[in-house]
Amino acid sequence: MEILDSLRVLNYFPLAELEVGQHFYWEIGNFTIHGQVFLTSWFVIALLVVASLAATRNVQKVPRGIQNVMEYALEFIRDLAKNQLGEKEYRPWVPFIGTLFLFIFVSNWSGALLPWKLIHLPEGELAAPTNDINTTVALALLTSLAYFYAGFKKKGLGYFAKYIEPTPVLLPIAILEDFTKPLSLSFRLFGNILADELVVGVLVLLVPLFVPLPVMALGLFTSAIQALVFATLAGAYIHEALEGHGEEGHE
Amino acid sequence: MDQLIPAASVIAAALAVGLAAIGPGIGQGNASGQAVAGIARQPEAEGKIRGTLLLTLAFMESLTIYGLVVSLVLLFANPFAG
Repeated sequence: MEILDSLRVLNYFPLAELEVGQHFYWEIGNFTIHGQVFLTSWFVIALLVVASLAATRNVQKVPRGIQNVMEYALEFIRDLAKNQLGEKEYRPWVPFIGTLFLFIFVSNWSGALLPWKLIHLPEGELAAPTNDINTTVALALLTSLAYFYAGFKKKGLGYFAKYIEPTPVLLPIAILEDFTKPLSLSFRLFGNILADELVVGVLVLLVPLFVPLPVMALGLFTSAIQALVFATLAGAYIHEALEGHGEEGHE
Repeated sequence: MDQLIPAASVIAAALAVGLAAIGPGIGQGNASGQAVAGIARQPEAEGKIRGTLLLTLAFMESLTIYGLVVSLVLLFANPFAG
């Protein structure tokens, strides 16, 4: 009980302060969580699991149907990781980067394509899980953990040498960078998805029929690009941690 | 006094996203212009240039999105509205 009480401090952590509109609150222990985000992300996870099970249930030598689609997705992710991390290092990071990409991609598109509005909640509404800042912050912090892990695993404590190379004068900036990376990652994804939904919402308010369609198509495009950007940046950060300083052209 | 904070917040929200759009607008224009020049010079590299261009445009766009996030905070989660 005491542990839970001390954890309650987390509830006042400013991450959850940014709330647009209403949320469907669940109380678990002392935590208040946004139920609608959990429902939709469980749906996304279930969709991905079912798709990968269906693709691997009966593996053929000549891929057809869903197996073909999933092989294409896998090759896409592998190329993405290979482009960022290089031929030698990329293999262990394909699952992580691929999970990020697929989860964000399917979340964004589920928010844009599925008629969530047909399901009524007591309060709040179902939408893409990535339009909640807590989801994107969680994904961005996972990315931070991943690149610290990559650096420590490769170089041990020598990883900290990158903070004072080429000169110790830049130490504050190097430390600051570790904070701005998850911040910019999470804000970029959250802002883009929420902006898409707001623009579509405003247009639907003004003209309910047909006119919002091009904006929705643009929303699909930008959400796909944002998933790609998130995965690419995660790969770039991990690569930077593996290689040390020198490649900081991705911001 | 009570009216002042909402009014100032709305103006600040509009200014935040409007001013944040200037720099990325210039940057995106530059990048697209250079990309067009590159394609005109080397049409066979079009696919690669387009891919890189889209990615960099997304990076620049995220700068405006930061302004948008600030304005959303001012509108929906204003810490001073009390």
